[in-house]
Amino acid sequence: MTKEPIIELKNIDVTFHNKGQTVPAVKDVSLTVDRGDIYGVVGYSGAGKSTLVRVINRLQRPTAGTVTVNGQDILALRSGELRAARKKIGMIFQHFNLMNARTIADNVDYPLKGAGLSRQERREKVAKLLDLVGLSEKAKDYPAQLSGGQKQRVAIARALANDPEILISDEATSALDPKTTTQILELLKRLNRELGLTVVLITHEMEAVKEICNKVAVMENGEIIERGDLVTIFSEPKQPLTRDFINTATQIDQALDKIYKQKLGLDDHHRLVQLKYVGASTDAPLITELFKRYQVVSNILYGNVEILQDTPLGNLVVVMAGEPDQLEQAWQYCRDAGIEITFLTPKDPEVA
Amino acid sequence: MSLFAKYFPNAVTMKSDFLQATWETIYMTLITAVVAGIIGMAIGIGLIVTQPGGILENKVVYNILDKIVNLFRSIPFVILLAVIAPVTRIIVGTAIGTTAAIVPLVIGSAPFYARQIQNALAEVDHGVIEAAEAVGSGPIAIIFRVYLREGLADIIRSSVLTLISLIDLTAMAGAIGGGGLGNLAINVGYSRFESDVTFLAMLIILVLVFAIQLCGDLLARKVDHSA
Repeated sequence: MTKEPIIELKNIDVTFHNKGQTVPAVKDVSLTVDRGDIYGVVGYSGAGKSTLVRVINRLQRPTAGTVTVNGQDILALRSGELRAARKKIGMIFQHFNLMNARTIADNVDYPLKGAGLSRQERREKVAKLLDLVGLSEKAKDYPAQLSGGQKQRVAIARALANDPEILISDEATSALDPKTTTQILELLKRLNRELGLTVVLITHEMEAVKEICNKVAVMENGEIIERGDLVTIFSEPKQPLTRDFINTATQIDQALDKIYKQKLGLDDHHRLVQLKYVGASTDAPLITELFKRYQVVSNILYGNVEILQDTPLGNLVVVMAGEPDQLEQAWQYCRDAGIEITFLTPKDPEVA
Repeated sequence: MSLFAKYFPNAVTMKSDFLQATWETIYMTLITAVVAGIIGMAIGIGLIVTQPGGILENKVVYNILDKIVNLFRSIPFVILLAVIAPVTRIIVGTAIGTTAAIVPLVIGSAPFYARQIQNALAEVDHGVIEAAEAVGSGPIAIIFRVYLREGLADIIRSSVLTLISLIDLTAMAGAIGGGGLGNLAINVGYSRFESDVTFLAMLIILVLVFAIQLCGDLLARKVDHSA
């Protein structure tokens, strides 16, 4: 993938004035999205992520900073030029924002008016777009007759009508159930692959980011507190909030809660540890190896392997049983193999 | 017909008066509806696009429109009829008669309609407006292709309400010299103690109102795809 920046936000400030109060929504944020990226912006509601991405197509004018999209200084555009630029930046929303009074086909056709196409060309384009999102047979229906996932597909078709190079997804899966969410995310991924579409995905769900993004930025209180490529963020999160998001996505916190409630019978010979590894190492040979070399028995209580961008990211919670000195050697062996070891102590000593 | 003659002894002899009066009521209503409709629609759209957070936000214009609407809506119509008479004389040449009645009717109903339109358009989801902006629509496209289209069912319902209140106003205007069914009911029926004339005038007005309501409801249902 070429490393050519398509969106460059520099030192963006957005401050709202409300009844004499100034509310800083975005504080000195810079963000560069390369062509072909699926860039996730994660944060809790109120973190300023929606405000930040609205700056990209100037639905929100920043108080300070510069916005460059496709080499164009977005803030310097006059209204006519801005409208032309917006045609090349598609956007989808949490609540779909379809027009209830128009059929599905008319909704998709809406952005095409004034694009200089003939009626026939427009009809063909709409048919092509509906086919792309798999909704050809719903062309004559109205939005009220569709499910949430179908509505979002229509919204995607509408956003793609003018062949944009960028798609901004503003919490587009947040109102959908998990299965539909996955389908929509897969559609976005496919569009990224097939059309070379650059996607900026705002969400409060790390699961969504995990599925499709190659880069992530985590926002809190109007600032980006951590950013990087997906695997690095997932394997070495630095900020507590990032860790929070990741633990929610991998469900390790819930798993530990349950583990701590069990009688584990921990002592010098039985230790509860979490093993984390990135990349080639896999769990099965490791466990056998530990037994063969050090007669350490590992009882797996919880295991999770994420495949992020084709890189496996493993998390194991095990009780290791063996002689104390053998255990020490086993851990050293793990560390040498690039596995990160965390010793876990159940919070409630009575249970242990 | 004899039964009709029995219960409407005076009205039965006034067939041409009733036809004339009904026509005058319809005439006043229609002309006013067109003129006040255009003015009210324009002001209503003006209010919605210039209001805080609107697509052409403009505090000054919004406040001026808002105050004008409030001012004219606050004047009782009977008083407005009298106050506006000099203006009517300038525009129409006379302050008496059906055509003259149209001036106060327009001034009385346009602000009401403007408020109705504003309310109807306020129902259009802000997210849809934002989606239209995001695909590069300008203000004109958003007004005609989003606001008026998405708000159509509510606009029809508001128009029905306005039309019906307009018939009410024509009766009032009629009573003080504008002609129509109001004139017949009050200046003939009531003043001469011919209550059957008053009653029949009322019945015809009821029929008009119900017909408008029925057509409006059908039309609104036809264009409403929101559920």
